[in-house]
Amino acid sequence: MAEEAYEDIPGTQVFDARRSRKGYWLNMFCMSLMKDENRKAFKANEAKYLDEHFPHVSPEQREAILKRQWNRMLELGGNIYYTSKLGATDGLSFQNLAALMTGSTQEQYAAMMVAGGRSPDGNRSKSEWKSRG
Amino acid sequence: MAKLLAGVTTSHVPAIGAALDNGKSGEPYWQKVFSGYEFSKKWLAELKPDVVFLVYNDHASAFSLEVIPTFALGCAESFPIADEGWGPRPVPAVEGHPDLAWHIAQSTILDEFDMTIVNKMEVDHGLTVPLSLMCGQPKRWPFKVIPLCVNVIQYPPPTGHRCFMLGKAIRKAIDSFPQDLRVVIFGTGGMSHQLQGPRAGFINSKFDNAFLDRFAKDPQSLVKIPHVDYMREAGSEGIELVMWLIARGALDDEVNEVHRFYHVPASNTAVGHLILENQR
Repeated sequence: MAEEAYEDIPGTQVFDARRSRKGYWLNMFCMSLMKDENRKAFKANEAKYLDEHFPHVSPEQREAILKRQWNRMLELGGNIYYTSKLGATDGLSFQNLAALMTGSTQEQYAAMMVAGGRSPDGNRSKSEWKSRG
Repeated sequence: MAKLLAGVTTSHVPAIGAALDNGKSGEPYWQKVFSGYEFSKKWLAELKPDVVFLVYNDHASAFSLEVIPTFALGCAESFPIADEGWGPRPVPAVEGHPDLAWHIAQSTILDEFDMTIVNKMEVDHGLTVPLSLMCGQPKRWPFKVIPLCVNVIQYPPPTGHRCFMLGKAIRKAIDSFPQDLRVVIFGTGGMSHQLQGPRAGFINSKFDNAFLDRFAKDPQSLVKIPHVDYMREAGSEGIELVMWLIARGALDDEVNEVHRFYHVPASNTAVGHLILENQR
């Protein structure tokens, strides 16, 4: 099967069928954090909560969750609207998470946004990211 | 008969709701966002709609990966406010209009749009932030709301063309409803933004302003934009803009643009807002 055109967009995991199937249990774990009692149970003992309630989360996904590897979670099928619920459980907003995923400090990221955000120039294609090294 | 008077398009950034709820709306950062809605609040209060048909997307609040409807029409008497991880927003519950909602469901399905009928649904910031922007902080929302929840999270969302045509079918349904009702349609989401991964913070004001320029006068040029172009040019979450095309499809071909606002940023997002009136 030919690769989808959207796979050329740099720094982006389009949440298609393949990623949705791969990330199902990771995302459903995040979904469980919509409930306050679940947030408390998870925070009390994260590994135990995962083992007891979400045994189908893969070992790689489990590690990414426990280590809060936000980009890794997306690579393993996580979707930002789900992983942001884990962020909220940690007290992190979407903007806090964006700073972490882009390797910026909160101040740097917020300043970039106030200055107009990340430019489309040089950020449309993976070839542009390769050439800048 | 029911009558569609106007359309409103607006971003629905969650941080806008948080700023209002936490009393930060007077801060300069947020004042720049809210200033774009001062006219709009007065305009809507004077228009006094009975019903707002509100197109938005759920953000893994009412629907998870268990069930992913492409077009979910809220037909309930009321819609509770979702807890998105921070506790529910302190805003009034949303009252529906089941008579009109069911009429629209029947009419659009017979027009060959396979709608999902929803009788129980919590609503999240996608729906409540536009209400807050357009109404402020009232004790009760001043109109009934019919939510239309569109999948834009699981790829692929419906195409822009499909959204535009659904808008036309919704208009036909509103026009054929026998009760005298004043209706306004909201299309929400966008504009350019990317929340995920190393490209987060992506903003394309050139794309956004071209979209705004063409929205009233030349929507036909927008309905053909393929998904990959939205994601590449407007950020992976910029694809939400297809929802604006449902509102545009429902309006007359000829409309008056009475208000426009564009501002970067609100948190991670370019805020865009238009008011279009049918030429009654």
